Amino acid sequence: MPNKLIDIVGVSKSYGDNLVLDDLNLYIRENEFLTLLGPSGCGKTTLLRILGGFENPDSGKVIFDGKDITSLAPNKRQLNTVFQKYALFTHMTIAENIAFGLKIKGKSKSYIDDKIHYALKLVNLEGYQNRYPDSLSGGQQQRIAIARAIVNEPKVLLLDEPLGALDLKLRQDMQYELIRLKNELGITFIYVTHDQEEALTMSDTIVVMNQGYIQQIGTPEDIYNEPENAFVADFIGDSNIFNAIMVRDKLVNIVGAEFPCVDTGFGTNKPVDAVIRPEDIDLVKPEEGTLKGVVTHLIFKGVHYEMEVLANNYEWLVHSTDMFPVGTEVGIHVDPFDIQIMKKPESEDEEAVGIEE
Amino acid sequence: MKNSKRLLAGPYLFWAVSFIIIPLIMIFYYGLTDNDGKFTWMNLAKITTPENLKALGLALLLAFVSTVICLVLAYPLAMILAGRNVNQSSFVVLIFILPMWMNFLLRTLAWQNLLEKNGVINSVLHFFGLPSWNVINTPTAIILGMVYNFLPFMVLPIYNVLVKIDKDVISAARDLGAGNIQTFTKIILPLSVPGIISGITMVFVPALTTFVISNLLGGSKILLIGNVIEQEFQQGSNWHVGSGLSLVLMIFIIASMALIAKYDKDGEGTAF
Repeated sequence: MPNKLIDIVGVSKSYGDNLVLDDLNLYIRENEFLTLLGPSGCGKTTLLRILGGFENPDSGKVIFDGKDITSLAPNKRQLNTVFQKYALFTHMTIAENIAFGLKIKGKSKSYIDDKIHYALKLVNLEGYQNRYPDSLSGGQQQRIAIARAIVNEPKVLLLDEPLGALDLKLRQDMQYELIRLKNELGITFIYVTHDQEEALTMSDTIVVMNQGYIQQIGTPEDIYNEPENAFVADFIGDSNIFNAIMVRDKLVNIVGAEFPCVDTGFGTNKPVDAVIRPEDIDLVKPEEGTLKGVVTHLIFKGVHYEMEVLANNYEWLVHSTDMFPVGTEVGIHVDPFDIQIMKKPESEDEEAVGIEE
Repeated sequence: MKNSKRLLAGPYLFWAVSFIIIPLIMIFYYGLTDNDGKFTWMNLAKITTPENLKALGLALLLAFVSTVICLVLAYPLAMILAGRNVNQSSFVVLIFILPMWMNFLLRTLAWQNLLEKNGVINSVLHFFGLPSWNVINTPTAIILGMVYNFLPFMVLPIYNVLVKIDKDVISAARDLGAGNIQTFTKIILPLSVPGIISGITMVFVPALTTFVISNLLGGSKILLIGNVIEQEFQQGSNWHVGSGLSLVLMIFIIASMALIAKYDKDGEGTAF
């Protein structure tokens, strides 16, 4: 395991009455691609701005490489930021933009020229040095913003929804580009996004945030397959979330039907949240399922069909490559390990409310 | 559809032809003819008389000094305003432009009152036993009047470009290692050049052509080119010479603007 590079200890921040971050603790390892994921207003951008030095936390500390940098000015920090709307200097050429940080550090002309050449090659924009930012497309401008940041050889690159303004195809290309860049540079990326697909594609570690609290930290697989609470389950991907009763170990009652599951230790007859991913529901012949239902909606999605099945007064969202026309009677079967049981939130603080997206 | 839109431009077209284009043609006509209506360059050449040259030189100098003072006062103010949130800044802007709601002549007369030999300032000085300040009817008084009257026209365009600078651009400069001063000289200042140019234009041109301020605060002793032209029209009733001198002044204004525009273009290339 690589070392901790950044340690965020008990950071709180509020604007007026609005508590944006509440006693947040998080550490980031060297060479990690860490994504802060959450709906708008969850505090992810504020956390990034605190790391960049553009905001001071009300309380708590930021430790960078063993040193407390909480109140260090942004220009004194060994990290660089890629801003959401690129924030290029429109009165300078691309080369001057990229050279900005190096000139301030007093690097020699030949060093700077080498770096400009290297950075433009890295982002596949060789030959653009004498153009002005306004003559570039959004995707190109974003790549210049990345080039401008990385020539300074930061230990950490902070990225604030850098692909937010790009169209879908370009965004997907840029995701691969970012992964490649991170591997070539061997530095830490801290990435802020509200796009769960982006987070799942690129990250080593995802930190799901809501309302100033960390909801879950884990690998993309952990977050998707083992969401810790209903908020995470709902925010990441599609899911069926039920108010269920844990009858006893390894048996859960969902909308009146008893499903075998693999979870233990929740007690007997305790209310829990149960999550089933739509692709984990198998539609079978009516008599073979745990539950009978009728298909009420059918949409072709390309890779799969999306269906809604009405069973025990609940619309079950189902993804399947098999097609069942509207009105078909089907049985619902779920493998025990595909049912994710979660404790109900106990306090208001823990409660995961309102997804804005 | 297209025709009806053209109709909408009608009133302005009428206005422009009647009150801008025709008067301009008349100025050209008077400026380039003599009393018998014959073509001549003589009216333009009147600028070369020593007293007229002196008036033009002084007008250029005073307009230049006032513009520089306005710029020095306005830029920090515009920066402070741009850094504040809308509610705070709109209050300061209000205080700032409040005097502009009063008549220009009244304001200048008030300055006359303040600066006079027995005016408000000297009364206060006498009260404390200090020597009086004989500033009325000097170039200094005219510069004070110009700065006071034209300062808002410098502040507003600069403020307008400063508030439009993306905060992230400034953050980016800091992020890349620039301190406050470097961020200002390398990012904020170059990006605000268009506002500075338009502020300079809006102060320099009226300052160069004014005759009211120099009349009221300069007495009859100091003649600017504006005063000379005014006298040709009013007292001398010589429209030909007045128009000729106006044309010369126009050439000077166009030349100054061209100079500024050229400097701006150079500035962009060497901003870094």
